[in-house]
Amino acid sequence: MYVIVAGGGKVGFHLAQELLDANHEVLVIEREAARAAAVAEELGGNAVQGDSCEVTTLDAAGVSRADLVCAVTGDDEDNLVICEVSRRRGVPRTIARINNPKNELLFKKRGIETTISATQAVLGQIEQELPTHEMIPLLQLHSGLELVEVKLPDTSPVAGRSVREVLLPSESLISLIVDPGGVPRIPSGETRLNAGDALVVVTRRENHEMLREALIGSTHGLDT
Amino acid sequence: MGCGRVGARVAETLDAGGHDVTVLDLTSTAFRRLPDSFRGTRAIGNGMDGPVLERAGIKEADAFIAVTQGDNRNYFSSQLAREIYGVKRVLCRIYDPNREQIFSELGLETFSPTRLGAEIMVNMLLAEPAHGR
Repeated sequence: MYVIVAGGGKVGFHLAQELLDANHEVLVIEREAARAAAVAEELGGNAVQGDSCEVTTLDAAGVSRADLVCAVTGDDEDNLVICEVSRRRGVPRTIARINNPKNELLFKKRGIETTISATQAVLGQIEQELPTHEMIPLLQLHSGLELVEVKLPDTSPVAGRSVREVLLPSESLISLIVDPGGVPRIPSGETRLNAGDALVVVTRRENHEMLREALIGSTHGLDT
Repeated sequence: MGCGRVGARVAETLDAGGHDVTVLDLTSTAFRRLPDSFRGTRAIGNGMDGPVLERAGIKEADAFIAVTQGDNRNYFSSQLAREIYGVKRVLCRIYDPNREQIFSELGLETFSPTRLGAEIMVNMLLAEPAHGR
């Protein structure tokens, strides 16, 4: 599919790279000239300099034939405008990065259902199953709670331990364990966790990092 | 929202007309543009922030006017006022004519000083001079 990534910061860059690796057609639009040139060089020319909020920039990028527009700049107001303009141009799907969590409600009211706050989550929305990314947001629940899937890597500090021994952040709950064979179990305190298990966890967005540290270990990989 | 030349003048005019006006800006220095006679409220803060708007009394407001320098900021705050706080009249300045057209199609009351200014200038140029040469 053809994906336009608006914003060539860390999130946009890594997102584009992953999508290119997965053989999608990708164009990054970055406002700052020097950054745009650097991103274009890294991504084999798949980036242009321009203001994604400008209708003419989006039109020049062929927005009307895009299957997906990801608005991942550092400014929520810009991301909202990019999504609104893109949808107006007939883009079937838009994803917005939200920097201030309080803004999520407005995006929802405007009909932009898919909102996330990190590269990891953007990838999770496009493709639920990416083995390299161990924490995937699945669903936003009410009042700031959400459902995430965590795959325990070999290096997980909790591998071999029982659920009771795991120190989770507050208001977090391991609700389901799916073993590598695909068999789901509702865990008890005695249930043993193994590397390769997929844990479905209820948590709060602000506890993401703590949860990651508890279940996956030291943070590595993509920056947010 | 936005106490620039336009914002200050709108506030001054409405205040003089007997309306209850609150002016919101990021910096207190912007309020220097208001005349001493201004009886309304001066509020400091970012109008894209819900709690700031609430402190400025958005829940009681009959109208909201966004006239900062940023088109996207104006659009964002206007949608906050409309969608979240249910303000009845929301006016929004958008410099970029292309964006203005789209935003007005999305249901906002918008105006583009760029488009209007250009139209006026072209009309002035092409019209007969009012007082001969």
